Amino acid sequence: MEWEVVIGLETHTQLKTNTKIFSGASTTYGAEPNTQACEVSIALPGVLPVLNKEAVNCAIKFGLAVHAEIAPRSVFARKNYFYPDLPKGYQISQYELPVVGKGAVTIQVPAVGKNAAYEKVINITRAHLEEDAGKSVHGAVEGMSGIDLNRAGTPLLEIVTEPDMRSAAEAVAYAKKLHELVQWIGICDGNMQEGSFRCDVNVSVRPKGTEKLGTRREIKNLNSFKFMQQAIEYETRWQIETLEDGGTIQQATVLFNPDTGETRAMRSKEEANDYRYFPDPDLLPLEITEADKARVQAEMPELPEAMKARFENQFGLTSYDAASLTANRALADYFVAVVSAGAEAKPAANWVMGAISAKLNAEEKTLAASPVAAESLAALIKRITDNTISNNAAKQVFEAMWNGEGEVDAIIEAKGLKQVSDTGAIEAIIDEVLAANAAMVEEFKAGKEKAFNALVGQAMKASKGKANPAQVNEVLKNKLGA
Amino acid sequence: MINSSLKTLAQMLANKEISSVELTQTYLNRIDALNPTINAYIALDQDKTLAQAKAADVRIAAGNATPLTGIPIAQKDIFCAQGWKTTCGSKMLENFIAPYDAHVITQFDNAGAVNLGKTNMDEFAMGSSNETSYFGGVKNPWDFSRVPGGSSGGSAAAVAARLCAAATGTDTGGSIRQPASLCGFTGLKPTYGVVSRYGMIAFASSLDQAGPMAKSAEDCALMMNVMAGFDERDSTSLNRDKEDYTRDLNKPLQGLKIGLPKEFFAEGLDTGVGKVIEDAIAEYKKLGAEIVDISLPNTGLSIPVYYVLAPAEASSNLSRYDGVRYGHRTAEYTDLMDMYCKSRAEGFGAEVKRRILIGTYVLSAGYYDAYYLKAQQIRRLIAQDFEEAFKKCDVIMGPAAPSTAFKAGEKVDDPVAMYLQDIYTISTNLAGLPGMSVPAGFSTSADGKALPVGLQIIGNYFDEARMLNVAHQYQQVTDWHAQAPNLDKPEGTA
Repeated sequence: MEWEVVIGLETHTQLKTNTKIFSGASTTYGAEPNTQACEVSIALPGVLPVLNKEAVNCAIKFGLAVHAEIAPRSVFARKNYFYPDLPKGYQISQYELPVVGKGAVTIQVPAVGKNAAYEKVINITRAHLEEDAGKSVHGAVEGMSGIDLNRAGTPLLEIVTEPDMRSAAEAVAYAKKLHELVQWIGICDGNMQEGSFRCDVNVSVRPKGTEKLGTRREIKNLNSFKFMQQAIEYETRWQIETLEDGGTIQQATVLFNPDTGETRAMRSKEEANDYRYFPDPDLLPLEITEADKARVQAEMPELPEAMKARFENQFGLTSYDAASLTANRALADYFVAVVSAGAEAKPAANWVMGAISAKLNAEEKTLAASPVAAESLAALIKRITDNTISNNAAKQVFEAMWNGEGEVDAIIEAKGLKQVSDTGAIEAIIDEVLAANAAMVEEFKAGKEKAFNALVGQAMKASKGKANPAQVNEVLKNKLGA
Repeated sequence: MINSSLKTLAQMLANKEISSVELTQTYLNRIDALNPTINAYIALDQDKTLAQAKAADVRIAAGNATPLTGIPIAQKDIFCAQGWKTTCGSKMLENFIAPYDAHVITQFDNAGAVNLGKTNMDEFAMGSSNETSYFGGVKNPWDFSRVPGGSSGGSAAAVAARLCAAATGTDTGGSIRQPASLCGFTGLKPTYGVVSRYGMIAFASSLDQAGPMAKSAEDCALMMNVMAGFDERDSTSLNRDKEDYTRDLNKPLQGLKIGLPKEFFAEGLDTGVGKVIEDAIAEYKKLGAEIVDISLPNTGLSIPVYYVLAPAEASSNLSRYDGVRYGHRTAEYTDLMDMYCKSRAEGFGAEVKRRILIGTYVLSAGYYDAYYLKAQQIRRLIAQDFEEAFKKCDVIMGPAAPSTAFKAGEKVDDPVAMYLQDIYTISTNLAGLPGMSVPAGFSTSADGKALPVGLQIIGNYFDEARMLNVAHQYQQVTDWHAQAPNLDKPEGTA
């Protein structure tokens, strides 16, 4: 039997606010334990939550970015359960009425093997605001578990999809897209190591061609795309094997162990908590007006799709190039800066996607850490388009710039890479080449086109690569009467 | 002096007839003498109290006193007060010293009032007799064999026994008004959202509201001027202009329309209490008020609705007492779950446990719609009853409690009988309306004791100033509010 995997994601994104969602305590990561735990974070008797408006703005931004319904009225609810890192004994979340309703994102699934790349729309079910829990710290004090409440109350936007994904590749493509998007609109720092972006993946399988969803298992807390890929692949195989062996799937929460590459059930549905959700009487319903949305809309950066369309129209870039350049905000911003600094768009696109991206990947650097600033790259591209240097020479110049050897013109000067565009000098070189390669000239005249290229090569070589190739071509054509 | 109004005390302080330290010491001496019997206070700290009194005297001398500067106030032990043990009447918080001030405490501190101490209360404000307190019951100053009512029983006894100039209370289902009725003084539960709940230990968040407990409507108005006001730390606090609650005290009542809900005078009302209320209504007629017959048809549902909603909220509010960060933690445990279970089993009393169980049950999957959701729907109907009623009248009157003070132990084992104590007060909490209890006379018990009876005045939203006016005018022509138990005789013969 052929099986189909069905995947939905729930992603917890920590919102980039200065203070917690229901108190004025700082959200900075990595502080000494419990130094960012005010009386509200500790849940002292008598304290009350007050909603951070900045967190609401983040939710609205996300809703706008995925073209979702933004609820004019949403409600905070208490999710009740006992856990040491949950100081109130309940988490303030949203349940029946979330702030963001149905929306969608378009993902680009990359080509794998013989399967071509394709686009797919993933539907967002909802996104709701809630508070993060603290952390249990084991081993800091021997034989004891400690609680660090610095993270307790950090604002989260939990983004839930429909079960729209049909492979690990799609799930990862969605997660990457979402990861870029939340950073693009500035609501999340995207730091997966610090837990700013955490995915829970619901996986089920069903016979291909059937409608009914299989029983799902939820893989919790995946904090890398690589682990997500591995976990889904393992889980899918496990579920198919289980069913093919005549077993059944029990609804469960599972954890992925990166060391073994396996998923293991943490708790079954029977052990699941009854969270006893009810509206939090300490908070008023959250009301968002059209004016609020308009205000946030005005603060929104140009979204990736809009920017992609603009790159195609304004700069004549191909759809593929425009999509690549808008895959993340930093890349897009860098490209725009290069063009703004006076470089032509097409070579700018090629350099950004080519040399720059290759270097960054090779050295695992981010654009912010690029040794070649946008202005410098633009200066380099200008020296190509104004024929000061050849493309080949430009590669050497770029290498030197990357290694911090100075600015474009100084490097060209120091390395003597300036292109010879003096027609007289080129004619002299070509005359020498023609004299020395009479045989080739004959071949060309006999109709061998290749001989022409060979003569160009000889001329370039004679100029030590500095001759302007276009001029060499033109002069040679004239001399040969071609 | 102990019977003087807040206004008189302020004048005495201003005129240097007495210092705040002397006044405070007078109360502290009285507390020393009577509190071991009455058990109104569960935390006292003379050094802190007198330091505040000294500071008040400096402020008075500097000429920037407020009407409450130097006045000794008792604080219900539900309010966090920095450096004070704040127990909420529970073993769970027996050793909890609050590291921050409740908004109400800050307001009194800013006014220069003196905190005399923390008063006894039913555990987590769950009770109508003060008998659920981990720190023991409180004696009704009118008859030591009887309860003072609850949950603000300590504050009630302190006001009635003149162990403070005035006190704070909180009222979730009647916890200011029922003890005010049983102990014979004036108490006001304001409109929900008028007094910030920040730092007030939560019982049922959508119902809890703090208010004054004092010797007269005028004193309550002065207390309200300090307690009320917007606080951005409480999302349910209402952002309204600051009011002077004394502004309407002296308005005549000519033409006032008093609504009498037939449901408040039906079966279950003690006849002696009913008679006192009738007399009070007659007094109001003399003051020029008109009587309008009204109906609050869903009154009978208020107790069942309350005992779904309040425990539901409480079951969640009390989850933070888990022994992890503060409060009682059991001495020995095998694992985390064992620690939770034992700490909570040992830290909470029977009534609190009962309500946590009820609340957990009504919020459980499969029961939520039938209980919690249904109760919320009825809650809206109850509010609509009042909305209709207030189209016909300015204030609503009736008894504050169905009986006078009952004997200690009498209802302890019958929770439903205890819950019925709040039959006339709960519906205003559910609707979020303000309510008062005003001394209206005495009713003689079967064993021959004259016990106070409170008249309840219910106003429309934010009508506190008018209610205080209605009570104050009555207090100008009667002296029920001025009567105090005689505690200078041996115990039990008051």
